[in-house]
Amino acid sequence: MENREERIDHTLNHLFRQESGKMVSVLIKIFGTENIELAEDVVQDALIKALETWKYRGIPDNPRAWLYRTAKNRAIDVIRRNKYSQVIDFSDPEKQLLTSGYTLASTMDNYWQEQHIKDDFLGMMYACCHPDISQENQITFILKSLCGFSTKEVARSFLCSEDTISKRLYRTKEYFRKHKIRPEIPALGKISSRTLTVLSAIYLMFNEGYNSTHADQLIRKDLITQAMLLCRSLLSVERTQLPEVYALMALMCFHTARIESRLTEEGELILLAKQDRARWNKELIQSGEHYLNQAAFGNVLTTYHLEAAIAYQHCSAKKYEDTNWEEILECYELLLKIANDPVVFLNRCLVILELKGPEEASKALEKVKDNKLMDKYYIYHATLGEIQQRLGKTDKAIACYKKAIQLTQSKQEKRLLNDKIDTIVNSR
Amino acid sequence: MKEFMFIIRGGEDKYSNTSPEEMQKHMQHWQEWMGGLAQAEQLVGGQPLMTEARTLTERGEKITDRPLAEGKELVGGYLIIKADSLDQAAQVAKGCPSFEYDCSVEVREINLME
Amino acid sequence: MKEFMFLFRGGDEVWDSKSPEEQQRQMQNWKEWIGEMAQQEKFVGGERLFTHGNTISPGTMKVTDRPLTEGKELVGGYLVVKANDLEEATEMAKGCPGLHWDTHVEVREVWPEEK
Repeated sequence: MENREERIDHTLNHLFRQESGKMVSVLIKIFGTENIELAEDVVQDALIKALETWKYRGIPDNPRAWLYRTAKNRAIDVIRRNKYSQVIDFSDPEKQLLTSGYTLASTMDNYWQEQHIKDDFLGMMYACCHPDISQENQITFILKSLCGFSTKEVARSFLCSEDTISKRLYRTKEYFRKHKIRPEIPALGKISSRTLTVLSAIYLMFNEGYNSTHADQLIRKDLITQAMLLCRSLLSVERTQLPEVYALMALMCFHTARIESRLTEEGELILLAKQDRARWNKELIQSGEHYLNQAAFGNVLTTYHLEAAIAYQHCSAKKYEDTNWEEILECYELLLKIANDPVVFLNRCLVILELKGPEEASKALEKVKDNKLMDKYYIYHATLGEIQQRLGKTDKAIACYKKAIQLTQSKQEKRLLNDKIDTIVNSR
Repeated sequence: MKEFMFIIRGGEDKYSNTSPEEMQKHMQHWQEWMGGLAQAEQLVGGQPLMTEARTLTERGEKITDRPLAEGKELVGGYLIIKADSLDQAAQVAKGCPSFEYDCSVEVREINLME
Repeated sequence: MKEFMFLFRGGDEVWDSKSPEEQQRQMQNWKEWIGEMAQQEKFVGGERLFTHGNTISPGTMKVTDRPLTEGKELVGGYLVVKANDLEEATEMAKGCPGLHWDTHVEVREVWPEEK
């Protein structure tokens, strides 16, 4: 019995993460953005009904269809109940057909066609990633409404209180209400710039899962899976199959392929040079290559293209020593031209260190030594330490590592830097 | 709550022989009755119909300029109300002022969805 | 613009003789017909009725558990639409899919609200 309940829980959880956002999107399309809570309630009700029904009758043959059907029937109830109230705006001709028994069923069915579900889901993604909404609020809303996270889970993802999350959600909903934001895929002229905002939210979400230092493994995996799911849904509709979307998808595949070999069982970071490449996920690397090829169409070159190209170089090297540092350096040069990002600059110095040795790397780093901002980056000091160590200036290296330890919040980074100091001390 | 339609039929003869004063009194009854239904949040809507009509038969190819049913069966108006059951709706219908003019009222449940 | 009521009568036997798929397709036809009127902002509302019903007769106030008219004259539903005159409304009624399934359509002007 317990096994069966566990299986139901598992199936439902999985389904909910995959489908709740789509159901919410369709329902928001029907009820209007002023009724987001109503849409979320209907999906929640469908979930509870599934849990109760499946417990007695077992999981149906097509659980997804079951869940959609239940949500659809609940929606019909809601419409019938609100037919004469002012809650739902039926003035749109298509929605007016929801008010008559002659047309309710077929109109409702039309809303739930696969293509419409896809479009509505994307429409909600674009609505959530409206440029006027802060990125923090964008992601909070996406996780809650489109990824089926509870407020508690969103709070755990951001390492902040549920209260903060509720406030963020409220603000976004108010924004929707006030500005009458309609969920829709932007017109052709705007699609590129609007998609960049969406991609940047997806990538931030992915990085929150990939780089984040908090211990909750499940949440981290969830964030990564959901980010990839969102990106893949952009690729499922022709209008949003843009090169930059393929590039981000490729990038996430390459990163995720290496996720298992990045940490020790104790959760410590393993450096790229020391990772067990046999544990890299070959299927994901292959998918990444496939997406990267598709990203090459058109004449768009984004940071995602270059970061994916770098990740590809790492993934395709059989051994660390086989890494094609020349190609990688070229990507970093281009990256710097697109985005003058300090982290990119520092990573480029590390590539020079690999390719041309510590003297050249030191020269490259010299350029920013007076930059006050750099002084606050732990990566700057870690990079400088690395170069000093290779130059044989071990005392200077240790001092740099110590400074870096002070500046980072991440326990794993601290541990890694301490290990480097230990190695120097032990080899004396 | 279910929805019901009252189909109000007949009464034409009596209506056409009524004085304006009587008519006004009758309309007053309607106002009161429907006001009560609205108060009880049972009233959805309704209208009387003009007598002139066109009836389409035979796939719409034949059009007659008369209502399909006339006399006692002529539909003179309709009302839509909310009630829990057909019998409860019929109880409500008994209060309809149209009976003052010898109308009959057919009470039918609305099929909100097949 | 005036409002008109389409009263749909009869055709139950034909409806009942059709398969669920045919019925569903027929409902799709209704949706298209009504949808077009909605697009032109001419659709006001309307509902289908179940066949069962009660009738209250004047005078005796006796309740019979049948609709007053049955068979070919049974009212199966109604629609309220907007049109300029009875002729235009009649033209619109010609598109009713029910006409092909033996349903008759009676077109009547709704008593204007302001007398």
